[in-house]
Amino acid sequence: MFNSVLDAIVPMLCVTLAALAAMGAEAFRGRGERMPIGGLGIVGLLGAGISSALLWNRNASSFGVIVADNFGLFVTLVLVVVGILTILFSSQVVERDGLPAGEYYALVLFAIAGMMMMATASDLLVIFIALEVLSLAVYVLTGIRREDPRAIEAAFKYFLLGAFSSAFFLYGIAFTFGLTGTTHLDRIGSYLAAQSLSDNPLILVALGLLLVGFSFKISAVPFHMWTPDAYEGAPAIVTGFMSTGVKAAAFAAFARVFLSAFEPFSADWAPVVWWIAAATMILGTVVGVAQTNLKRMLAYSSIAHGGYLLVGLVAANQVGKAAILFYLLAYAVTNLSAFGVIALLGSRDKPNDELRDYAGLWQTRPALSALMTVCLLSLGGLPPTVGFIGKWYIFSAAVGAGYYGLAIIGVLTSVISVFFYLRVVVMMYMQDRGADAPVVQINAVSMAALTVAIVAIFYLGILPTRVLDLATQSISTIF
Amino acid sequence: MPDTLLFYVLSGVAIVASALVIGQRNPMYSIMLLIVSFGALAGLYITLDAPFVAVAQIIVYAGAIMVLFLFVVMLLNAPQEDAAEWDRTHPLRRPGMARVGALLAGLLIIQLAWALMRVSALVEAPVAGRGDAAAISSVRALGRVLFTDYLFAFEATSILILVAMVGAVVLARREADR
Repeated sequence: MFNSVLDAIVPMLCVTLAALAAMGAEAFRGRGERMPIGGLGIVGLLGAGISSALLWNRNASSFGVIVADNFGLFVTLVLVVVGILTILFSSQVVERDGLPAGEYYALVLFAIAGMMMMATASDLLVIFIALEVLSLAVYVLTGIRREDPRAIEAAFKYFLLGAFSSAFFLYGIAFTFGLTGTTHLDRIGSYLAAQSLSDNPLILVALGLLLVGFSFKISAVPFHMWTPDAYEGAPAIVTGFMSTGVKAAAFAAFARVFLSAFEPFSADWAPVVWWIAAATMILGTVVGVAQTNLKRMLAYSSIAHGGYLLVGLVAANQVGKAAILFYLLAYAVTNLSAFGVIALLGSRDKPNDELRDYAGLWQTRPALSALMTVCLLSLGGLPPTVGFIGKWYIFSAAVGAGYYGLAIIGVLTSVISVFFYLRVVVMMYMQDRGADAPVVQINAVSMAALTVAIVAIFYLGILPTRVLDLATQSISTIF
Repeated sequence: MPDTLLFYVLSGVAIVASALVIGQRNPMYSIMLLIVSFGALAGLYITLDAPFVAVAQIIVYAGAIMVLFLFVVMLLNAPQEDAAEWDRTHPLRRPGMARVGALLAGLLIIQLAWALMRVSALVEAPVAGRGDAAAISSVRALGRVLFTDYLFAFEATSILILVAMVGAVVLARREADR
């Protein structure tokens, strides 16, 4: 069955069909009737996961613009994990907040399909369309709680700035096309290999505009301004979804474009990305220390994590490229679980995402506080969690490529970041639960999903070799 | 030479009209000026031997989309932006970030102009490789390319539009009908 021209798009097709099924189910749903629409999404995502596993090592390509190489498939699998965790955590949130279930799951699934398309696209035009598919879906998800003014503000800011950055990205594509006569990454790469910058400064303009577009999506400094507001205003589970899924997809495309098509000019863009990475790590960490809102704090922490990923991109050696993929997985599982906990602790009227809402949490919810602690320690990069292994590989890649400065900045900011992660832990364990503290019900599905995620965090932290081998295999096929 | 002259006239009209669009306080004027800008762009497409794109530009953008814009403005009943909340100072005179932003925008324009000045010799090669301009611009050839080379992008766009539609419905519908 796996021999047709459509092979490479099967994973995203599964997810798209699930999204359409979710819309159809919503259309046939009677008023007040309950339907397991999230289950449809899980089925589609599992289909995508299985087909990706079957496509492994086959280097399938469809229409000449989608390549299911191992790199793309690895990111696809990360996105499957992100999608399944998001849907499992959402099951409680959707019901509690009275969100429109069919549309919510359909938008999540469309966003994932767009992310998968972005991770496997080998053509700038398709990357742009994929970027728009996932962006539009995420803008709407950000503002899906329409009665909440913060959510509306967040969605509006995100939408305006996102549209602006898309324009930059598109302008970069236009210049690239004007220079090379193609939007296909391989052909751009082979054309540019014969060019030199001195007699063609337009290459630099195209490169810069594309860099701005990608930097916005991965919220790298100085294009991070939208991140704290959008992350704080969106429902916590959507924040978790976009801080992991969007970042994974954007990073995959970023790495693919800059390490294949613009590889001939890596000496020119690497210093710029060096500074962006350093600024991103420092600002994300330093400003994160001052936050009192947990979602906002994790927003800055996710900015800093984008910086660590950029370090791997600057290093651009074999270790660095594999480390990016491993880190994407590590970060996705950890960060999504942390936001999952925040989402589960919220209530319909109050998000409960201030730091003081977590005071003495272990007295009422010991299991949940333990899970949150593991997530935070993993984000901080403490052994034996997966966060430690991820950072270890990123920094050793930087050292291996001779970027000692970046490695030192990375280690220092990691140490500082542990401060604000531990502050939450101290809050949960050392303080007394106030009398007015919120009491919430948490359903079994979400709790089970959290537990699985935590097991994964420890498993990948203690026995990372298998997944690391897969990551190393993934990059050998393309770069 | 007349081609070059036409190019400069049309681009000048497009740039000036676009600049005026964001300078208007009355959204009605902004929309009318946007139509002027689109018209000038359509003229540019014709000079580039792309009559189909020009016609599509007029029908879709200057026609249909602008009518939609006008309807929205009329329905919102907002002939003027609120004068009390509108900051009238020139962008360069506004304090802080606005000034930095204006400076950066100016810098970007200078960079683009500089880079574009210096490429004249190089653009020939790839463009020449793309074949006869008249053949490309025919609707038949355009359709063929759209459904062969760009088939996937074309189909993916349908998903994009579907997502936009679902999103608009989610954000705009009434709350009561749960």
